[in-house]
Amino acid sequence: MNPIPEVLRLVIYLTCLILFAALNAAYLVWVERKGAGHIQRRIGPKEVGPFGLLQPLADGIKLMTKQLFLPAGVDPVLFKVAPILLLVPAVMSFVTIPFSETLVARDINLGLLMIFAFASVNVLGVLIGGWASNNKYAVISAARAVSQNVAYEIPMLITVITMVMVTQTMNLNEIVMQQPNIFKWYVFRFTASPLMPVAFLIFFICSLAETNRAPFDLAEAESELIAGAYTEYPGMGFGVFFMGEYANIVIGCAVTTILFLGGWQCPFGLAPGWWWFLAKLYLLIWTVVWIRWTYPRVQFYALLNLSWKVLIPISLVNLLLTGAMIKVF
Amino acid sequence: MGTESVQPSLIQSVVKLTQLDKLLGLGRANSLWPMTFGLACCAIEMMATGASRFDLARFGAEVFRPSPRQCDVMIVAGTINHKMAPAVKTLYDQMPEPKWVIAMGNCAISGGPFVFKGQYGIVEGADKFLPVDVYVPGCPPRPEALIEGILHLEEKITGSRRWPRVEAK
Repeated sequence: MNPIPEVLRLVIYLTCLILFAALNAAYLVWVERKGAGHIQRRIGPKEVGPFGLLQPLADGIKLMTKQLFLPAGVDPVLFKVAPILLLVPAVMSFVTIPFSETLVARDINLGLLMIFAFASVNVLGVLIGGWASNNKYAVISAARAVSQNVAYEIPMLITVITMVMVTQTMNLNEIVMQQPNIFKWYVFRFTASPLMPVAFLIFFICSLAETNRAPFDLAEAESELIAGAYTEYPGMGFGVFFMGEYANIVIGCAVTTILFLGGWQCPFGLAPGWWWFLAKLYLLIWTVVWIRWTYPRVQFYALLNLSWKVLIPISLVNLLLTGAMIKVF
Repeated sequence: MGTESVQPSLIQSVVKLTQLDKLLGLGRANSLWPMTFGLACCAIEMMATGASRFDLARFGAEVFRPSPRQCDVMIVAGTINHKMAPAVKTLYDQMPEPKWVIAMGNCAISGGPFVFKGQYGIVEGADKFLPVDVYVPGCPPRPEALIEGILHLEEKITGSRRWPRVEAK
């Protein structure tokens, strides 16, 4: 049946997924800088290549050729492991993402579970990085990142449980197949629960907070914490942290797309395929960038209040309501 | 580097190993991340350079990193007094190689208006304790002058200038 040998398929997917993650990290930085520029009525990078398109290349060359050294007092093993711990789970999560009906590395039936299992690992990267740096700012930042992630994982997972109750599967490809057009997208599936758009918003806000993005980038608040958990990382250690961060954003937006916006399905039922998935994905990623350069950073207590006093009660109400709707209809 | 003094041998004239150096130079010159660091009023002009009217981002140099570990160029923007000098020195030492220093404004170049007989509080020039690469004169220098300083630094790194130099008439 399968024309390509399994090993070859594995290698091809692995190469492509790592390439996808790396290219995304590089060019999302460009999108971020260019977007920031235009939002602030600047031009942004424009001299390095056409439209500044070679800017990520220049940054990469520079970061890779910076001096490598261990600052005094750091834990030598954990210091080197931490960036990898942030990047690897994010790249691993790509394995179950269905780019189209057939374009998926591993179509496993617990794909959603796997992604959230890995998503809880990446906070370990920030924690270990902050701890190993032996720097007071880095440790404060690590503590902030952990409490923020704990707080936002709860409404996120409650929303995911609601979604799994509705979809009755954890296979991402099947979830996409249940949403063939815009009226059947889960964000507008009012027959499942009248609070579906709210669930979408909660999920999106939580994925912003989980990936430490502004306005929730308390872990990297420059005005208080130098560069947060990354303070002591020179050169490519910092670069790998950033790659991991952007890979996490891509994963967060990809899961949002799959759960709520119909994944690779077309809104009008025309020619479904990976182009629709990428279009929706990059629209969401652009929204993330847009939010970052529009809203100021929140205060830490406001961040935790938002989660514990607003998002968790609403997501619980949504869970109960969805359960009741499933029971009644 | 001292490459000027070395006689080009036969091998060097055939094998161009300097291409990698050129590539690295290009990469470094186009991604000069300055430190978020200002000492006095010149820092205001430095902020203006990064803002929308002058836009340092065009050259990829707008990423003001707060941590010295991730910086490439230290813009000494302002007066260095004796009390501040050890902190500036520490910040410079914390930056990883390769690193550059721009002395911005007359105070950072030579002490500026604070040089007088019997003054006791001011370090007369950043080059008293830092290896300064580019001097940007002015009190304070205009943002255009700082951008010109950064272009000079790029020229120093790559060996070629980005745009033709404007000649005074």
